[in-house]
Amino acid sequence: MDAKRVETISARVDAAVSSPDSVEDELELSAVRHRPEGLEQLEAQTRFSRKELQILYRGFKNECPSGVVNEETFKDIYSQFFPQGDASTYAHFLFNAFDTDHNGSVSFEDFVMGLSILLRGTIQEKLNWAFNLYDINKDGYITKEEMLDIMKAIYDMMGKCTYPVLKEETPRQHVEVFFQKMDKNKDGVVTIDEFIDCCQNDENIMRSMHLFENVL
Amino acid sequence: MASGVAAWLPFARAAAIGWMPVANCPMPIAPRDNSKRQDELIILNVSGRRFQTWRTTLDRYPDTLLGSSEKDFFYNEESKEYFFDRDPDAFRSILNFYRTGKLHYPRHECISAYDEELTFFGIIPEIIGDCCYEEYKDRKRENLERLQDDQEENKDQKLPNMNFRETMWRAFENPHTSTMALVFYYVTGFFIAISVITNVVETVPCGSTANQKDMPCGERYTVAFFCMDTACVMIFTVEYLLRLFAAPSRYRFMRSVMSIIDVVAILPYYIGLVMTNNEDVSGAFVTLRVFRVFRIFKFSRHSQGLRILGYTLKSCASELGFLLFSLTMAIIIFATVMFYAEKGSSSSKFTSIPASFWYTIVTMTTLGYGDMVPKTIAGKIFGSICSLSGVLVIALPVPVIVSNFSRIYHQNQRADKRRAQKKARLARIRISKSSSANAFIQSKRNGLLNELLELTDEQKLAKSISLLESQHHHLLQCLEKTTAHEFVDEQVYEQNCLERALQTYASRSPSISSHDSSEGTCCGRRGKRNTPLPNASLPSSHQGPLQELSAIHIQCGDPPSRTASRSNLNLKTDNSGRINCKGGRITTAIISLPTPPALTPDGDGLHGPPQRSIQTTASSACTNIVKVSAL
Repeated sequence: MDAKRVETISARVDAAVSSPDSVEDELELSAVRHRPEGLEQLEAQTRFSRKELQILYRGFKNECPSGVVNEETFKDIYSQFFPQGDASTYAHFLFNAFDTDHNGSVSFEDFVMGLSILLRGTIQEKLNWAFNLYDINKDGYITKEEMLDIMKAIYDMMGKCTYPVLKEETPRQHVEVFFQKMDKNKDGVVTIDEFIDCCQNDENIMRSMHLFENVL
Repeated sequence: MASGVAAWLPFARAAAIGWMPVANCPMPIAPRDNSKRQDELIILNVSGRRFQTWRTTLDRYPDTLLGSSEKDFFYNEESKEYFFDRDPDAFRSILNFYRTGKLHYPRHECISAYDEELTFFGIIPEIIGDCCYEEYKDRKRENLERLQDDQEENKDQKLPNMNFRETMWRAFENPHTSTMALVFYYVTGFFIAISVITNVVETVPCGSTANQKDMPCGERYTVAFFCMDTACVMIFTVEYLLRLFAAPSRYRFMRSVMSIIDVVAILPYYIGLVMTNNEDVSGAFVTLRVFRVFRIFKFSRHSQGLRILGYTLKSCASELGFLLFSLTMAIIIFATVMFYAEKGSSSSKFTSIPASFWYTIVTMTTLGYGDMVPKTIAGKIFGSICSLSGVLVIALPVPVIVSNFSRIYHQNQRADKRRAQKKARLARIRISKSSSANAFIQSKRNGLLNELLELTDEQKLAKSISLLESQHHHLLQCLEKTTAHEFVDEQVYEQNCLERALQTYASRSPSISSHDSSEGTCCGRRGKRNTPLPNASLPSSHQGPLQELSAIHIQCGDPPSRTASRSNLNLKTDNSGRINCKGGRITTAIISLPTPPALTPDGDGLHGPPQRSIQTTASSACTNIVKVSAL
């Protein structure tokens, strides 16, 4: 168990070192004019109708005329929805979840694929996506440290002025509760099966998964 | 919420699925898009020119005319379009603002026409992008100055009910207002001229008498000149005293330059009167008479040009100072050199370095009097270098400095102005943006109040929130549920901090202690909206142009039937049954007054509008009453 932890930690360190975060990337991206695949192809690949894809693309292209979103823009856009707190860490995780090919930018296809899963996917797919979000280093296990990072990012979005007052150990406690619920075999990590199993047995979670279906 | 990213709201909401497995309690229900409008094209007919755009584009900025329901007033049923009787050219930039999020100022537009259009469509000018903002502000300032000039011309109108003192002051300042003032103006001008001429003629040698050589007229006709002087000084003294009497702020008048000149002009006479014919002091007294020449400056009241010159000199003082400094440096250098060069020669006029200053100055300004001339060869060489460099040092920088005056002066003004504008501008934008940060909290309160009011059949206070806003608020509510904490505004937060600091007994307020252990039961009660505000004003700088609540008087109780609205924030009784209140009644204590939108920039709260509070307390055994004081 300890060896696994060490592995995951070192994997995460490697990922952090190699993450693209340079000016050249930005220059490249700004010069790139990305054009998405045709409407029919996207229609086939996602579960959106033609009209919905049109609306989505218009909004996307309006904010990002170059056709791709890089992480900074993404963080900016997401932070505007949470004016009281700091949404940049969570936006970073979200960005990694959307950027499935890990090339440092989210194109319209990535965007629409992700949305298709979130809005029109089956429960299984949605839970899969959530697991992928929590699993920061994408190694198939959610460790307590990863969950703590995610939890802190979520709590950061609340900001300072909350009721009751946010305390230091609140995220940690929340992680403990989460692991108690999810980690069936108490090995300190949550696998995808444990996760999906547990969520499917939880009524609240099941109900809230359907919450955003009429978003578009 | 920044409306520019309204298109990304669906994405943000979808991404909220990431919180679901982490949350421990059920999420609130999402607002329904009842109208279920497809994204449709809207036609805007502006004086015949048709513009078309998507409805969602206009919905991005819900507090403008086009983004809110206000445009329904302009809807034309027959042609199914919105008709505006406004300038189509100006409308272009306004519509582009919705499309791109940036407002531009077209340079060919008249500034006041453009301002009117912006006001009509409910857009604040501070949003103008950086590319156009400076131009806009410059034009606006010019316009304002022109208006002020126009106003100043109208200032001469005689206001009713001006007392004698004010009339007099007005007469002094604007001689054209009445005949008396004009007469006074010319009389004083005449006497200033007389006085100056007298001073000049006094010193002219008059012609010799029988047994004495030429003497100046002043000494020959002493009495006559003395009488002239006395008369002039009388007039000036009377004028000064009258001005002093009429001045609206005597202290400020006495400090002004003109009054100092007046005093200096008449003082020598009085000092002369007081002083006896003592031989020692009369020498000093004679020097005092030189100050009489200051009377000529009194002309500046009569001449606009003189005033402008004085103002120009004053404003270019730093440049002039630098010119003087560089000249001084050159003078000292050359004087030193000349002194040491001429030291050797006999009967040299260059007796010391300060004595050489005179030579240097005369040479550098190409005057060349010839009273001091170098005799040694080295002296002549350096002398010629001095005169050559004099030409350079003086003749070249002077035009440059003169043109620099205007350029640097205006540039500095603009930079300072821009800096000042920037601060004010950013502050205003911050204020209008901070409304969004607290719009959510506002809507929570409003939602709460709405429900309460519905119960008591009061007039509905709710301002209709756009679908976008309700969806955004729902998103924030989901976050609250996930983390089991709530958003509050800053004042409340500080209050809470204070309370926690002061709280010594855990049992005193079960609300707080219950929330301490709220990890497991995150849906603790909202029944206590703990907002004790003993010192009144909710900070309106935090709150946007929504309604303000002054006090809510809530008791916890059995929750009303849970409505499937976004405001089911309250009164969820805990499963652990911590609440044991019976017979809860919910009353509201305040009727709030709406504040005018975007017109309270640095509004200092609600000290203004007095709030009427209807406080009805209902008794209950419940210890969880939170009483909120009314403003």
